[in-house]
Amino acid sequence: MASVHGALLDLKRLDLLARGGTSLHRLDPRAKVLATLVFIVCVVSFGPYQLSALIPFFIFPACLIAAGRLPAGYLAGKVALVAPFAVAVGICNPFFDRGILLHLGPLEVSGGWVSFASIVVRTALTVTAALTLTALTGFAPICRALVRLGMPKTFAMQLLFLYRYLFVLAEEAGRASRARELRSFGRKGKGLASYASLLGHLLLRTWQRAERMHMAMLARGYTGTFLAAECGRFGARELLFVLFWSALCIIMRLYNGAELLGSLVTGYLS
Amino acid sequence: MHMADALLSPTVGAAMWAVSAGGVALCSARLCRERDDRLAPLMGVLGGFLFAAQMINFSIPGTGSSGHLTGGLLLAILLGPSAALLTVASVLMIQAFFFADGGLLALGCNIFNLGIVPALLVYPLCYRRLIGTAPGRLRETVVTFVSALLAMQLGALSVVLETAASGISALPLDKFLLLMQPIHLAIGLVEGAVTLAVVSFLRKARPELLARQSGPSATSTRLTLAGCLICALLIAGGLSRFASVKPDGLEWSVAKLTGATSLPEHRAGLPALLTALQHKTARFPEYQIAPAAAPGQAPAAASTAPQGMAVAGKGSGVAGAVGTVITVLLVAGAALILRRSGRAAVAPEA
Repeated sequence: MASVHGALLDLKRLDLLARGGTSLHRLDPRAKVLATLVFIVCVVSFGPYQLSALIPFFIFPACLIAAGRLPAGYLAGKVALVAPFAVAVGICNPFFDRGILLHLGPLEVSGGWVSFASIVVRTALTVTAALTLTALTGFAPICRALVRLGMPKTFAMQLLFLYRYLFVLAEEAGRASRARELRSFGRKGKGLASYASLLGHLLLRTWQRAERMHMAMLARGYTGTFLAAECGRFGARELLFVLFWSALCIIMRLYNGAELLGSLVTGYLS
Repeated sequence: MHMADALLSPTVGAAMWAVSAGGVALCSARLCRERDDRLAPLMGVLGGFLFAAQMINFSIPGTGSSGHLTGGLLLAILLGPSAALLTVASVLMIQAFFFADGGLLALGCNIFNLGIVPALLVYPLCYRRLIGTAPGRLRETVVTFVSALLAMQLGALSVVLETAASGISALPLDKFLLLMQPIHLAIGLVEGAVTLAVVSFLRKARPELLARQSGPSATSTRLTLAGCLICALLIAGGLSRFASVKPDGLEWSVAKLTGATSLPEHRAGLPALLTALQHKTARFPEYQIAPAAAPGQAPAAASTAPQGMAVAGKGSGVAGAVGTVITVLLVAGAALILRRSGRAAVAPEA
């Protein structure tokens, strides 16, 4: 687990990226959410032994990152950080699945390695797509888009509340955690007793904050729902964006572009 | 314990999305009916609390490792099941969007494993049943530990089942179970200890916070919830079984291939294995066979269909690798050009 402060910095950085002014940022969030969903479903619908067919899918995040002028290195670093569970499970594949699947000249590659590589590529694709969506759109617009796509309003309100107070609470928790670290010696003093009272105090403070917030909201005329300006519309540009990427994803799903290209080139060379 | 997109098949992902979306919708509707408007800010900040608390570790004595709170059960004790599910789901959503923990398709699985299981399954069916109205210290300890353990075990079990049903990982079901369940036994003990410690701290500091939730709860809503969950589980189970048919066949065919070493067997086995990979190359045999067969054999037209399939099968590895490299270069080139044109467009403005 990362430190609280590190996670906060990360969150703020992604949030700042979402304030960019490229045409992709200005696109209605629903279009981006839909296109990303189509992309992810297409990517994960491949069988476990397919590798080359997945590679052309990198065009989607690559284009969005390039056209949205996002920092590619930063996103790649984040992708590398969050892959451990998938890699940990995937690394077992080469041990359990030793059937030879690929012949690269004299080199024989077992099915396990192919499916492991496929899992890694899938992780890279889906994680990059999710992070790109967040970096291009921002969390609150995504929530609004999801509400307009049918998410319950109560849950949307919960998400917006959480997002607003996440920074405040994480700062507080980070300070408490740092204070505990400064007062403890190595592992001594970081036991369950101090941890429980730290969490308990944090919880009490959180609770009191919620009560103050509730009173402040009532004072400002809160009636149970937030008034949100209906902004953005699903115009021709959005429709074109969704149609183009959906069509491309489905075509790439049906035809293995890398394989076709490769057989074309190897066919001419030999 | 976050499930990842890469290990999921779309069938399982969609089924779990449907189950979790149903759970979230149900709980939203219940909260809407309750109309307790104190709850909205409380859930919001408690979500923030949970997010932060999950990143603070404590050292476990004697083991050298450290643990942290997962929090589903604690929130259910503090807020009740519906609000707890929404809070956990919202934290998972932040983690999916900003830290890509899990992923967007796996979000349904994660909400189920970490939210629905502790809040809607373990809390009403185990914790509330056993704890009674005025629990003693021993009873509270035992019930909290049992519930936390149960929640963790069920969560880990559903991770294993989801992975196995998707068939992307080749890990056998029994080995994966043996790997996950003992680890989550330990994690469950930690979770139970933390939950108990925080709850007893709160009981000492502000007992009224806990008293709020231990009032009488309507049995009928609990029953409907349980009924909905059982339906959801049945649907998910049925879908998973339906989805797991195909990978089993694939694994079986791989096992068959390892046993077969002779060339004719090889020819017969490869097409079965490389179904989709080879399908494309076999559909355009002229790319593969005509140039490859021309130098070796003069009558290229004499090559029969099975021979053509075998050539395509052998070549497909190389073709795939070459194609992969070329595609990577093409994608990188496209991205570079896009970026450069973007900069050029910005430059006059700057």
